[in-house]
Formats: sequence, structure tokens, C-alpha cells
Amino acid sequence: MAPLGPPVGTGPLGKREARLAWGLLTPTIFSVSMVVILPLLAIFWISVKPVELADLRAPEVVLREDIRGDYTAVGDNANIRYRLRNSSQDQVITGVTFTDTVPAGLAVQSLDPRCTLDGRALFCDLGDWEPATRETLLIPVVVEQAYLDNGLRPQDSSAETTGTSSNILTNATFTFDNFKRVFNGDEFFGVLGVTLFYAVFGTIGALLVGLFAALLLNKTFRGQGILRGLYLFPYVSPIIAVAFAWLILFDPFSGSANALLVQMGVTPTAINFFGERPLALIMVTIFEIWRYFPLSFLFILARMQSIDTDMYEAADMDGASPFQKFWYLSVPQLLGILSVLFLLRFIWTFNKFDDIFLLTGGNAGTRTLTVNVYEQAFAISNIGAGAAVAVVIFGCLLLFSAFFFRFMSQEEGL
Amino acid sequence: MMVFLRRGSVTAILIGVLWTFVIATTVAVSLSFATGEAFRPSLFGSLIWGAGLGLACLPGPRWKPMLAGLTVVIACLLGVGPMVIADTVSVFSTLVGALAAAGFSALGLWMILDDVVFGANNRHAFEAAVIRFCTGFGYIFFTAIVVIPFYVMVLTSLKNQSELIQNPLDFSIDLSKGTDLFRSYNELFVKFNFGEYLLNSFAISVLTVIITLLFAVPGAYAVARLRFRGQVMFSRSILLIYMVPMIVLALPIYIAYSMTGLRNTMTGIIMIYPVTTIPVALYMLQGYFRGLPAEVEEAGLMDGLSRLRVIWKITLPLSLPAMASVSLYVFMIAWNEFLLAFMLLDDPSKFTLTRGIASLNSSEIPRQHLMAGSVIATVPIMIIFLGLERFMTKGLTAGSVKG
Repeated sequence: MAPLGPPVGTGPLGKREARLAWGLLTPTIFSVSMVVILPLLAIFWISVKPVELADLRAPEVVLREDIRGDYTAVGDNANIRYRLRNSSQDQVITGVTFTDTVPAGLAVQSLDPRCTLDGRALFCDLGDWEPATRETLLIPVVVEQAYLDNGLRPQDSSAETTGTSSNILTNATFTFDNFKRVFNGDEFFGVLGVTLFYAVFGTIGALLVGLFAALLLNKTFRGQGILRGLYLFPYVSPIIAVAFAWLILFDPFSGSANALLVQMGVTPTAINFFGERPLALIMVTIFEIWRYFPLSFLFILARMQSIDTDMYEAADMDGASPFQKFWYLSVPQLLGILSVLFLLRFIWTFNKFDDIFLLTGGNAGTRTLTVNVYEQAFAISNIGAGAAVAVVIFGCLLLFSAFFFRFMSQEEGL
Repeated sequence: MMVFLRRGSVTAILIGVLWTFVIATTVAVSLSFATGEAFRPSLFGSLIWGAGLGLACLPGPRWKPMLAGLTVVIACLLGVGPMVIADTVSVFSTLVGALAAAGFSALGLWMILDDVVFGANNRHAFEAAVIRFCTGFGYIFFTAIVVIPFYVMVLTSLKNQSELIQNPLDFSIDLSKGTDLFRSYNELFVKFNFGEYLLNSFAISVLTVIITLLFAVPGAYAVARLRFRGQVMFSRSILLIYMVPMIVLALPIYIAYSMTGLRNTMTGIIMIYPVTTIPVALYMLQGYFRGLPAEVEEAGLMDGLSRLRVIWKITLPLSLPAMASVSLYVFMIAWNEFLLAFMLLDDPSKFTLTRGIASLNSSEIPRQHLMAGSVIATVPIMIIFLGLERFMTKGLTAGSVKG
């Protein structure tokens, strides 16, 4: 007799279910790995490559073709001129050739030794090219009646060029210069310090302001919905719109904030809010708080509204004062969501790019790690160094996430 | 110490001073922004008059706060009140300013100090008064910080360069200009192709929503309902992927797009936007699917429907509200997206709205154009948001660990 008891292991139904699950997940896994995993691997690869922005365009043979001399009557002598050059100043192109069609009615008189003519098809093999090579080929021709009749010019048939060059992205040259450059000097620690200041104070500020806003709206009254919607505006509007609005509001020459402060006698002259150290860093942090307090506000409000009211009634019976109720009842209830929010927002603020990029462009002591990626890759055109900074950011992210997941398993998730 | 603070007279004076100063500042700032004329709060005036108002507004006969308020109005008019009004200000504005400053101070204090008695108070009365003060201050503070940037954005877009430089505070609208007020908008649509950018942005956002849902719904269902090995790891990696900063990905994507010629194409943008939103959508939807009762689906299975039919016939109709939230949230992300558009598009005929606004940020283009562009980008999302606030709020709470 078979032993009684529940079946062990995965049965056929379970297997079918798992197969279906993977089937449903495949499109997502595929697309996400194409756009997230592949680029991440690419970042690691590029970070050990000496790549500049200009290297992205592979060196190529540039060819221009025209006809020189008299070519208005039968029997005129003219030259078909090919001007060729290597587009790259520092890379070799090997096996340069080109093919072209000589228009009907042009009788080729002589040929460069590297070229052959088969019927009207011209083929030239120019060998290997050093960086920045330029060449001019002249092919003397005599004009015949057919050429004048059909009106087809040499440049009308486009010449095909070939040539292989080694691409810096795929060859086997590796270097640690990018990382050396990133970690060298005080600059890196300055950038890291700015990033941490921005992330820590931006996150804490947004949490506290959000908590305050949530306390305000944690009661029902007419217009509560409108106010709640209004307080979410900073978060839902396009970043570019609000960032420029702030820039114009705090403009040192014609900004309203400065005009207001001067008029109220707070400051004698206009303040360059986004252009001075350390004020610029404080301002971008305040902007961060302003833009993201609605998020903490929403989460905290949702948590507050789910707290059991019985507890507060009991506290009322015991004669607890409002502050005591907040401190001894609400705060412990909110601690979970506050710490989860802190970790998540910290990671996100750490990774934030758009805000600072739009407000200061990373100037005046506001360059964070993410802005540094852009700065290295595009402003200094050193893609490799930018990738190295990105690797550093990714490392930090992994560190934070490990911490986060360890913490999340204890705390109630979102 | 606390006992001293809780004496009604002390509480009234402290709260009176603070509240009067808050109101004086608020009225001064709002009137300055509305008229462009000179109003400023006076610290010294707030100290003196605030203390008096506080004491007068303690519970008692009604004539006391009224009389005190009237005195403050007169003080304001004489230039010694909590708010100083310049001589150049028009009579009407001066009157409105004085009345508002004194009136709101007195009324607010009357409400704040509702059950505080002159002598010793218990904790409850004192703390209730402090909380009422903080509430009033909070409403003013939050409304101000949210409204001011948007107010400046909208009104700047209606001004012209010389007006802006002449008095940056003067946001009064000259209605006699009629449609000329909207010149910046007109120019953006006629000269700068903003109509096309608007359409581009809209098309891209809608397509992003559709593609995202097509990928995320089956994925979320699998994670939420089906049992398979690696389920926990999978849901964690979704969250992890969701946290990878865009700038890290943008660099290799830029390189790949440069090499394959996908830069400056709609296809390229459409390929990349949904992938940035799929993890969010998946995360939000799986949370919702988990909350649906499994029994309904099991009943469907018992009746002989296949899993896919169950999803189509039972799960999806039940999760329409969640789908609405997710769609709105994804739409918002795609509509507001700036970084990728900025890096991947540089052909003006293919710009999205955010990229178009970024191109307005140059010294040759007047700033009212920049602000008009910002308004054009903000208004649609605001309309959607206000119209569907319920769904949007839900979507935000469910998904927006990301910002």
C-alpha cells in the first residue's frame, strides 16, 4: 500500500504552472535585460577602455569626387578628381579601396597604377592608411559627344569605399586610467561629500516636511481633497518646468525672490542663489525637499489613516495630551514607514541627476556623482571616465540595496 | 519652565507675536506679488502689536479682539504696525493691506487661543493652542511654497522682457492687452513647433503606457499568483532594477544608439521608455493582484477556463482601477521624462515637449518663452491629475518609491 500523506516534490500541475509563469515573464525579462542588464555590463566594459566621445564614430574613408578642367566640347581634356581622407586623426584604416562608375562618354587616358578599369567600372586599392592620411587621385579623361548628350556627371554615381579599422570599443586595449582619474585627487571626495550632503539632508528634509504636511491633512474637512491635490503639484509636474521656474524665481538680476528680499530689507544686494558656494548646494537640497516632500507626505498620510483609532480613544480616556498622543502613539506606528521611506528616498536622491543638472549644471560646488558621469562623458568627452564614475555609483547602489533588503525583511514592506 | 509657558498670558503673548509676524509676512509677500508695490513685515511692530493682540484675543468679550484689530489697522495705516506699507502704494492697496494684516492676525489668534485662560493652563489647552498655531502656519507655509513657483511660472509667461526687468515683483496683468497677453504661447506654437512637440510627447506617452501594460500585466500576474522557483528573487530584482539610476544606463544606451543610428528616432525613444516603466508597473500591479481574492479565479479554473482566460475574463476586469492608476503613473513618467530625451534627441523636428523646453534655455530666447513652454508641459499633466486625482494618488502611493 502506498504511504499516506501529502504528495512531495513538484507534481505535473506545479510544473505546468511554473512553465506558464516563465512564459508570462519572458517578454519582460527579455526587454529588461536588453535595456538594463546589457547596458550595465557595457558600463563595466567601457569603464576599462580608453574611449573618448570622438571614438564613437568609427574612422572612415571620406571621399569627394568631381570633374576638373574644360568639359564643354568634344575633345576637351579634363580630370576626374577623387579626394580621399581618413576621418580619424589617430587611427589606422587598413585595406582601403573604392569602386566607382565612370560616366559614359569620358575616355580614360591613363590610370593610377593602383587602379584598374573594367569596362566603365573603376576599382582602386589604396592599401593601408596612417591616421589623417589624405590622397588625391586624378584620372585624365577626354570628353566625347555621349558625355555632353546624357549629362551624367562623375559625381552622380556615388563611389563605394571600403576599409577596416579597429574599433576602440571592441578591441583588446584595456586601461585602469579611467578609475585612476576618477579616484585621483581631492575632487572625488569633494564630489562624494556633496552627494552625501545632498542625499542625507534632502531625504531627511523631505521626510520631515512630508510628516508635517501629513499631520495637517490627517483629518477630514471640506477642501481636504483639493489641498492634498495641491500639495502634490511639485511632484507631478515635469521636472524641467519646475526647475526653470525656480531658476527664474531666484534669478540674481531679475528674480522676484531677490526683489522681494531686497525690498523687505533682508539683504542689501541681490543674492546669486544658484551660483555661489555653499549657497547653491543648500538651494538644490531645498529644491529636492520641495519637490519630493509630497511623496513622503502621501505615504505617511496613508499610514496614518490606517492606524486604529481605538488606541487614541483609549489614550483619551487615560488623559493623554495631544503631544503625548503624537509622541507615544503615532510616532512608533509611523517609524516603520519612515525608515523604509528614508532608505528608498536616500537611494533615489543619491541617484538623482536631472534636478541638479537643470538647476546648476553641477557648478558652484553642486557636482554630485551622477552629474559627474555626465560631466566626464560629455563635457570633457571622456566616455571611459564617465563609465568609471557610473560603476562607482552602481557599487554604492548595490551596497545600499543589500542594506535595504536586509532591513526590508524585518520591516513590513511597502 | 513648562508651567511658566503654560500661563495664559505668556502663551498668548508668544503665540500672538509669532502669529502676527507670520500673517504680516504672508500679507506683505502676497500683496507684493500681486501689485509689485512695497510692503514689508516689521519685526519690531509684530513684537509690540502681536503681544497686545495675543492678550486681547484670549477668550472673553468679543469687542476686545475687535477693538485690538481696529487699533492695529490704524497703526498699519500710520506706518507703525506689524506691516510697513510704503508711501508710494495706492490708497486702495494700503487699505486692503492694513485690513488683511490686522484682520487675519486678530481672527487667527481668536481661533488659536480659543480655550486658553489668562492664568495657569493645563497641558491640554496649551498644547491644543500650539497645535492650532502650527496648523494655521502649516496651511499658509505649504500653500505658499507650492503656489509661488507656479504663480511665477504662469505670470512670467504672460509678460514681456522689459516689464520683467523693470519690476520683477510686478505680476499684475494688463488685461487691456487682450490676446496679446498670450504672445509667447503663440510664438512657441508658430515659430518653435510646439504643436508638434506636444503631439510627439502625447503619442510617445500613450504608446509607452500601452507597451508597458502589455508586458507588465502578464509578468505581474505570474509573480503574484503562480508558484515557481525564483519567485522571491524575481520580485526583489524588479525592485533592484527599479533603483538603477537612469544616468548609469543612459551612457551605454547613448553609445549603442549612436552606433546603430537609433538616435533621433521615435522608434529609439519608444523602445527605451517602456523599459524604464515596466519594473514600476510590474511592482505596482503585482501588489494589487495579490490583494484580489484568489477564490474567484479558482472558481473560474474549476469551471474549466484556462489560466490565460482566467486572467482575461476575471482578473483584468477586477483590476481596472489599478490599471487606471498604473496607466496614469506611467503616462506621467513618460510625459515628464527629460534625461533620455535630452541625450538621445537633437534633431528639432523630433523633439518631445521636455526636450523642446530644454532647447529654449538659451540667452537668445526671452525667458517668458521658457515659462510659456513650461506651462504648456505642466497644464496637461495637471488637468489629468486634478481630473483623476483619486487614481493618481493611489498610483503614486503604490509605485512611487522612485522619483
